[in-house]
Amino acid sequence: MNNDTILKVEHLSMRFGGLMAINDFSFEAKRGDITALIGPNGAGKTTVFNCITGFYKPTMGMITLNQKSGKQYLLERLPDFEITKYAKVARTFQNIRLFSGLTVLENLLVAQHNKLMLASGFTILGLLGLPGYKKAAKEAIELASFWLEKADLIDRADDPAGDLSYGAQRRLEIARAMCTGPELLCLDEPAAGLNPRESLALNELLRGIRADSGTSLLLIEHDMSVVMEISDHVVVLEYGQKISDGTPEHVKNDPKVIAAYLGVEDDEVEEVISEVESLDGGVN
Amino acid sequence: MANTMSNQDNAAGNLTARAFREAFYAGVIALGLFVLFIGLKTDQNIHNELVLVQRWGLLAIFVILAMIGRFVMVAYIQPMMASRKAIQAAEGEADSIASSFFRLPFVAIALVLAVALPFLGASLSPTGAAYVTILRGAAIIYVLAAVFYLFRPFIQAHFAKLAIVALLLYPIVMVAIFGAQGSLKWVDNFGIQILIYVMLAWGLNIVVGLAGLLDLGYVAFYAVGAYSYALLSDKFGLSFWILLPMAGILAAFWGMILGFPVLRLRGDYLAIVTLAFGEIIRLVLLNWTEVTKGSAGISGVAKASVFGIWSFDVSAPNNFAKAFGLPMSSAYYKIFLFYLILALALLTAFVTIRLRRMPIGRAWEALREDEIACRSLGINTVTTKLTAFATGAMFGGFAGSFFAARQGFVSPESFVFLESAVILAIVVLGGMGSLVGIAIAAAVMVGGTEILRELEFLKNIFGEDFTPELYRMLLFGIAMVVVMVWKPRGFVGSREPTAFLRERKVVSGSFTKEGHG
Repeated sequence: MNNDTILKVEHLSMRFGGLMAINDFSFEAKRGDITALIGPNGAGKTTVFNCITGFYKPTMGMITLNQKSGKQYLLERLPDFEITKYAKVARTFQNIRLFSGLTVLENLLVAQHNKLMLASGFTILGLLGLPGYKKAAKEAIELASFWLEKADLIDRADDPAGDLSYGAQRRLEIARAMCTGPELLCLDEPAAGLNPRESLALNELLRGIRADSGTSLLLIEHDMSVVMEISDHVVVLEYGQKISDGTPEHVKNDPKVIAAYLGVEDDEVEEVISEVESLDGGVN
Repeated sequence: MANTMSNQDNAAGNLTARAFREAFYAGVIALGLFVLFIGLKTDQNIHNELVLVQRWGLLAIFVILAMIGRFVMVAYIQPMMASRKAIQAAEGEADSIASSFFRLPFVAIALVLAVALPFLGASLSPTGAAYVTILRGAAIIYVLAAVFYLFRPFIQAHFAKLAIVALLLYPIVMVAIFGAQGSLKWVDNFGIQILIYVMLAWGLNIVVGLAGLLDLGYVAFYAVGAYSYALLSDKFGLSFWILLPMAGILAAFWGMILGFPVLRLRGDYLAIVTLAFGEIIRLVLLNWTEVTKGSAGISGVAKASVFGIWSFDVSAPNNFAKAFGLPMSSAYYKIFLFYLILALALLTAFVTIRLRRMPIGRAWEALREDEIACRSLGINTVTTKLTAFATGAMFGGFAGSFFAARQGFVSPESFVFLESAVILAIVVLGGMGSLVGIAIAAAVMVGGTEILRELEFLKNIFGEDFTPELYRMLLFGIAMVVVMVWKPRGFVGSREPTAFLRERKVVSGSFTKEGHG
C-alpha cells in the first residue's frame, strides 16, 4: 500500500444474524481527498462507518489505516476509543451526539482528553496545580477557539451545546471531532436537516478543514449538492455491495447508480442488467 | 364564566358558593381517606387482646381542617393570586409574595417574640409552655428565613466563604452559649452528624452527580473505611493518621472491585448490582464473626489524636486537657472531631472542584451526557468509570474511618441499605453535581431529623406516647415530594461550566442529563 492511500477497506463483510448488511465491500480513500459514500437508504453506509470506527467488529475483511508518518493500523482489531486515540480517525454521528449539558467550549475540551490527560500527569500533577498543566489547558482552549472560529461558533462558546440550533450543532460536532487531531474524519450525513444556505456553509467548512489541516474526509451523504460539489471520489453502495466507484462525474452518469436511485421499469430491467454487466469491467 | 364578568355581586356570591361546595367535597375525600387511618385504631387492652379504639373526635378535626383549608384556598387565596397576576400583567413588576411576606416590621415583631417568649413561657402550665415554644420556634424560623431573604444577593455572592466562616465559628459559639457540656449535643449531634453526611453525599456526588452512574450501595465503602480503621487499629495498634489514608485506599480498591463487573451495565441494572454489592459487604461483616465479631460489632475503637501530639484518652500522659491545664471534659474531643470532619469535607469539596476542571472530571461529565460520543473521542470509558467509582469510594472510606474513630464502636447495623438511600436522597435533593445544593440538602435532611428529637415538649400537647422521631421518615418523604415538585432538579439544578472563553454562564438544568448509569 503506498502512502497516498489513507484508508484501505478490503473484502469487508458484516453479518447481523441472517442479514448480510455488507457483502465483500472494498474501496480505497486517498490521502487529502474528500471521499463520499452514497447509496439508497438501508444500503449499509452507516454500518461501513461503524466498522471503520470500531463500533462494530466486522465479520470478515481488513481495514487498514495508513498514517502520514507511515505507521499502519488494522482498525478491525482496535477497540473503538483506540481508533480515535492512536489511529487518529474521528467521526460524527447521523443523529447528533453532543454533550448537551456542557458548554460549546467544554465539548471541544473533552475532545482533547488524551492530550490533556498526559499534560496533567494523569490528573495527579494537575491536581497539585503544576504549571505544565495550566499551559496545556491554555493551549487546548486556543485550539478550541481556532475550530470555533472555523465553524462560526465563537460567539456561542459559553452557551450550552444543547441550546444551539440544529445546523450549529452539526458544525459543533465536526469542530469537536477535529479537536481530536484526526488524519481521517468520517462524517455521517453532515448535511442532513440543513437548509440550502447551511449546506453551502458546510461545504466551505469541509473544504477549509482539508485545506488547513490536510485531514482526509470520508462522508456519507444524501444531499447531492454537497456530494457532487465537494467530493473528489464517490463510492456507491447498494444492498451492502459496491455498485460504482469513481469521480462524481463518472458516478452521476453510471446507469447502475441511476437504476439504484430512480429504479427502472420492469421490462427495462433485463436491458439495464445486461448494460450494467457490460459496463462493470470498465468501472473497476 | 360569562355571568361572573357581568355582575360583581353575583360573582362574589358564586365564589362563596363554589368555595363551600369544594370544601364539602374536600371534607368527603378527607373522611374517606382518614376514616380507617385515624377514625379507628387497633390497640392492646390490659388482657393483651386486640381492641378497636374509635377516635371520631380526632377524625372530625382532620376533616374540618381539610374543609377549612379548601375553603380558604378557593375563596381567598386563588382570587388573590389571580388579581396579583392581573396586576402584574397590567403594570409589569409587582411586589413578589415573598417580599410582602418578609417586611421589616414583621421581622422585628418576630425577633422580639423569639427573644421574649422564653420568659413568658416560664410562668405557664406545661401545655401552655409547649404552645409558647411552638410559637417561638415559628418566630425563629421566620426570622432566619427573613434574614436569608433580605440579604439574598449578598449571601448568594459569598455563600461558600460565609458558610466556611460560620462553620469554623460554630463550635466556639456553641460553647459560649451552652457551656462546654451543654454544647456537646449541638457540636456532636448536629455539627458532626451533618458534616459526615455532607462528606458522604459529596463523595457519592462524584459517582452519581458527575459520572452519572447510579450507585445504591455507597454505604459499603463507608463500611469498608470504618472496619479498616477499627480492625487495623485494634490488631496492629496503628494510629488514626496512618489509617485514614489507608482506609481511603482500601475503599477505593473495593470501589474498583465493584467497578469491574458492572462496567457493562447501565441504569436500572447497575443500580441493582450496586445495591447487591452493598448488601454483600454488610452480610460478610455480619457473618465473618472470627474477624468482625459479627453483629456484636467492634467496640473500644481507638480515638483519633491531634497528629499524635495530644491524645484524648483520659489515662494517656499527653492528654489534651492535662497538657493545657484544662478541666477534664469530653467536649474537647467532640470539638476536635468537628474540625476534623470539617477539614475532611472541605478536602472532598476542594478535590471535587479541582477534578472537575481536570480532563478526568470533564470526561466524567461527558460520560454522563453521552457515553458513545465519549468513545468516539478516544476516551477510555472503562478507566474513566473505574476512576469515578474509586474516587467516590475513597471519600466514603475517609468518612468511614472518621465515623469509627468518633463512635468508638462499629457494627453492621450502621451500614444498612437505608443509609445508602439517605445519602442518595441528599444528592438528588441537593441537585446532582452541585456541592452547595448537596450541603444544604444534608443540613435540612439530617439536621431536620435531629431537630425532631428536640421536640419532646410536644408531649405536653399530644400526650405522653407521642414520639416525634417516629415521624422522621414521613417528614423525609414529604420533604422529598415537595422539593421534587417545586424544583425537579434539586435545590441547585444548574451547572457551573468548568471553562469559559468570555464569560462564565451557568448551564440550565434542562440541558444536563442525569446519565444512564
